[in-house]
Amino acid sequence: MNRPSILWKLYIAAFYVFLFAPLLVVAIFAFNASPFPSPPWKGFTLEWFIGNGSVFGKPGVLMDPIWLTTIGNSFKIALPVALLAVIIGTVNAWVLERAEFRGKTLLAMMMLWPLVIPGVVLGISILAFFSRTANGLEDVLNTDIDSLRPGLPLVILGQLSFILTIATLIIAARLRKFDRSLEEAALDLGASRTRVLRTVTLPFLQPALIGAGLVALLMSFENFNTTLMLVGSDPPLPITMYGQMREGATPAINAVSLMLMLGVGGIASIFALTSKAQQ
Amino acid sequence: MNPAQRLTLFLLMAPAILWLGLLIVLPHVEILVLSFSQRVAPRVYEFGLGNYLEFFTEPLYWRTFARTAIMSIMVTAITLVLAFPIAMYIARVAQGRLKAMLLLLCLLPFWVSELVRTLGWMMLLRETGIISYLLRLTGLASQPVELLYNDGAVILGLVYGGLLFMIVPLANALESLEPSVVEAGFDLGGSRFTVLRRIVIPHAMPGIVAGSIIVFMLTVGNFATPVLLGGKNGLWFTEQIYAQFITRFNWPQGAAFGILLLLLSSAIVAAGLRLTGQSLGTTLRQA
Repeated sequence: MNRPSILWKLYIAAFYVFLFAPLLVVAIFAFNASPFPSPPWKGFTLEWFIGNGSVFGKPGVLMDPIWLTTIGNSFKIALPVALLAVIIGTVNAWVLERAEFRGKTLLAMMMLWPLVIPGVVLGISILAFFSRTANGLEDVLNTDIDSLRPGLPLVILGQLSFILTIATLIIAARLRKFDRSLEEAALDLGASRTRVLRTVTLPFLQPALIGAGLVALLMSFENFNTTLMLVGSDPPLPITMYGQMREGATPAINAVSLMLMLGVGGIASIFALTSKAQQ
Repeated sequence: MNPAQRLTLFLLMAPAILWLGLLIVLPHVEILVLSFSQRVAPRVYEFGLGNYLEFFTEPLYWRTFARTAIMSIMVTAITLVLAFPIAMYIARVAQGRLKAMLLLLCLLPFWVSELVRTLGWMMLLRETGIISYLLRLTGLASQPVELLYNDGAVILGLVYGGLLFMIVPLANALESLEPSVVEAGFDLGGSRFTVLRRIVIPHAMPGIVAGSIIVFMLTVGNFATPVLLGGKNGLWFTEQIYAQFITRFNWPQGAAFGILLLLLSSAIVAAGLRLTGQSLGTTLRQA
């Protein structure tokens, strides 16, 4: 079993070609000097990144208000999601690892639950529940609460519903490894509880906090299923891409994709480095 | 526990309770209730099974549902078969840096958005795409070939999206298999096939179940891949939910579909666990 046959090796090679072919194609055709994202190759251009539309009639990504707004929307969603995921995830991890109470196993199970619910179902259930709440409040208060209707706040909540599980798991795994005698030593030496938290516990958790934040950022940027159900008039990147892909897009979509791949690659390598530092 | 401690505990638990209560439990209660309300007149609703009856009487709905279930099972099986030799190679053959690199190369494409990966497949498969172009260039085809918008393309895209989630649990499970056990199998006269069937596969079972469950759930709940690669022929159940909610604004019907999708995904997962004698706890840990 330790001498792989030539057939097996060929299969492995073919597999990796299969794995990377679609990504390479997307990246390469971002530089094709053609109004359509398809062969033949018509020469190298940066027009789909920085062109102002004078050459092909359609502007490049960085000059196109539609793409710029949609990238901005993605950040408006991803940053609050990542921040809230880290803060609430830390508190949750604390409850799971440190607190003792009846029903803790049940709570721990419930926290895993969002991972097994299809994203579309999460989306429609939150949409329906918040619409009912908004309608109820409208009857009572006689004002419409916009933030409960489809739009950025609802997208943030929808993404948080399952990203919180991931953030909690990452931070709890780190907290479990913490040696509590360190905290006790600090307390014995006369430090206050807040000071212990600030100077001992949180620095120990830091790699996991950064890791959880980055994963939350990535998942928020890439989420499609849940976001699709909750989006209002400010679509983030995956929603705009989906729309363009259905209608037939210019190679600008390849340029956006390449930028996304580079961004994701950057974040993933930071994450890999911090998780290596964790071990 | 003194009152101060009790208060602290309560405050610490508040975010978790708000999260699970407001974003998970109550919304699911809401769609469950919604799914049992049927319209009797414009803007007048009453309790009833109408939405579920509609599902069973309208062939488009239950056929799409069955199609989604069957194709997802097929996708899971194909992913398992394709991933097994890869996981085996990573876990048992590759050593040191090669092993780390092969695993990392597997992970990389999955950090990239599903939409980007689907865009890549669309560019490869469509009539004006790269494969069609190459076929004409090499003289294998005389006119453009449309490879997109059929079931094959949908299955291809879904298998591609599921591979990583199969390879990682499989490789983890195979990693712990003692080489001496495999050797003993051969020494006792077992053929390659017998050793695979009687020793390797039973040992990898927790990984097989974990990978299959994850891939199945991701496939059943997928939206973008079947819609974009299948076009009008995609016919995925999530698309029906979207249509009822967003296009037709028939929320009770959409809610009933959502509940059915949830039931389908839980039922198949439970059946898979039952069939292989695994428990959900060990499976989640494996994943």
